Amino acid sequence: MKHVIAASALLLLLAGCTPAPSPEPTTTAPVSSLSGTVYVFAAASLTGTFQEIARAFTADNPDVDIVFNFGGSSGLATQIVEAAPADVFAAASPATMKIVADAGLTSDGPTGFATNVLEIAVAKGNPGSIQGLDDFANPDKLIALCAVEVPCGVAADKLFTEAGLTPSVDTYEQDVKAVLTKVELGEVDAGLVYVTDVLESGLDGIEVDSAPVSYPIATLTDSEAAQAFVDFVLSAKGQAILKAAGFGAP
Amino acid sequence: MARRRSSLAPALWIPAGLALALLLLPLVALFARAPWGQLPTLLSKPSVLQALGLSLGTAAIATVVCTVLGIPLALVLARSAQWPAVLRRLLRALITVPLVLPPVVGGVALLLLLGRRGLIGQWLPFGIPFTPAAVVIAQVFVAMPFLVIAVEGALRASDRRFEVAAATLGASRFTILRRITLPLIAPGVASGALLCFTRSLGEFGATITFAGSFPGTTQTLPISTYLLLQTDPNAAIALSLVLMVVSVAVLVSLRDRWVPGVVS
Repeated sequence: MKHVIAASALLLLLAGCTPAPSPEPTTTAPVSSLSGTVYVFAAASLTGTFQEIARAFTADNPDVDIVFNFGGSSGLATQIVEAAPADVFAAASPATMKIVADAGLTSDGPTGFATNVLEIAVAKGNPGSIQGLDDFANPDKLIALCAVEVPCGVAADKLFTEAGLTPSVDTYEQDVKAVLTKVELGEVDAGLVYVTDVLESGLDGIEVDSAPVSYPIATLTDSEAAQAFVDFVLSAKGQAILKAAGFGAP
Repeated sequence: MARRRSSLAPALWIPAGLALALLLLPLVALFARAPWGQLPTLLSKPSVLQALGLSLGTAAIATVVCTVLGIPLALVLARSAQWPAVLRRLLRALITVPLVLPPVVGGVALLLLLGRRGLIGQWLPFGIPFTPAAVVIAQVFVAMPFLVIAVEGALRASDRRFEVAAATLGASRFTILRRITLPLIAPGVASGALLCFTRSLGEFGATITFAGSFPGTTQTLPISTYLLLQTDPNAAIALSLVLMVVSVAVLVSLRDRWVPGVVS
């Protein structure tokens, strides 16, 4: 009985404002009949890009509201496992997505939708005269990295291990955006973030040779609008926006 | 109109109970979810002890700084009755600002003042951010109002006639301060200092923004708790318990004395 009530409530919700069209699978409808609110939990490094994707998506689907919760992927995963109301999760690493998948919370996916590589961020004009990764081992330079508890910290740690360097770190920040803030304010000489963050922030970047990290996305509910949003991210349009922001193809 | 205190209207018990539940139940949940069995292992990790030591050390120094600077400020504030009202209110508002300001904003403000490119920081021959000194400064910034308010309350409640009597007997201003005023307000100072200490211990936003987070140097227990929550929720809960137990112990030891005018 409970299920019947829940199911009819769900149907009512899906029907939204328009007199219910039969819920047949929407293929490539030119004008969308989707409606509702989609809660998207996304990695901090996706902030600008996903907002742009959402603008393009809602232009096609005017009745859908996309609501974002951006933050460190690990923190988002914890929030989702602790029952935060998320319809879509876009993580900055397969490891954080696995936390949600292992809890049996993913509905469709995860699918890799982009890749990212690390890059050194320095303030405009490079006042700390950072040349490359070797400078991170110089105790005279002020260095910010992500904490190893978040994906960008894991990637940085891996990079330094592979390069055989021991970085002389001054602060381990809670996410990429916090590293960027410290660089922007000139409090550190260099930080290690993603190439997309450097592009978005307008800081100067120095390329490093690093293995790309994969960004997975998954729906967590049966919401059609949520599925449509994920499909849009994976579509040519979504991929073009990601590419323009500096992300690599999945 | 010395009317006897009327008993509470029964209708008030419901919202009062809800208010208490809202304050109390989250802490109960923390206790319920605590990994009691693993607690000794989780709390004896070197990284945890390091963060705890740093937190206790910096909070203690911050409390001393708050006391040394805050008591004179409270004295000025308490004796400002003859000032223009606007000036007095402005001073009081400014002192209270850190209580209501989001700590992260405080941290940004401190960076803009004392950072490498800050208003004052750019002239300093040494860097303040990312040092334990920055942790202490951030803690003093958020905790100072607690001390000033507690001490000012004690000053207002104290009997000024003792000071007047001492003055007529020829005591110097410094002697009056040392022998009369300070002993009179000692309980207020003690409770203000303890509040300062607990607030410093729990400081997160201003610290991570201004001082950053490096194990052993600036990564205090609350920051460590926040980072652990991302990967090891059980360990984070264990650390939260420690912070909570310390805070509750301090507040209970105050026996209400930190609220001016309350005696129990």
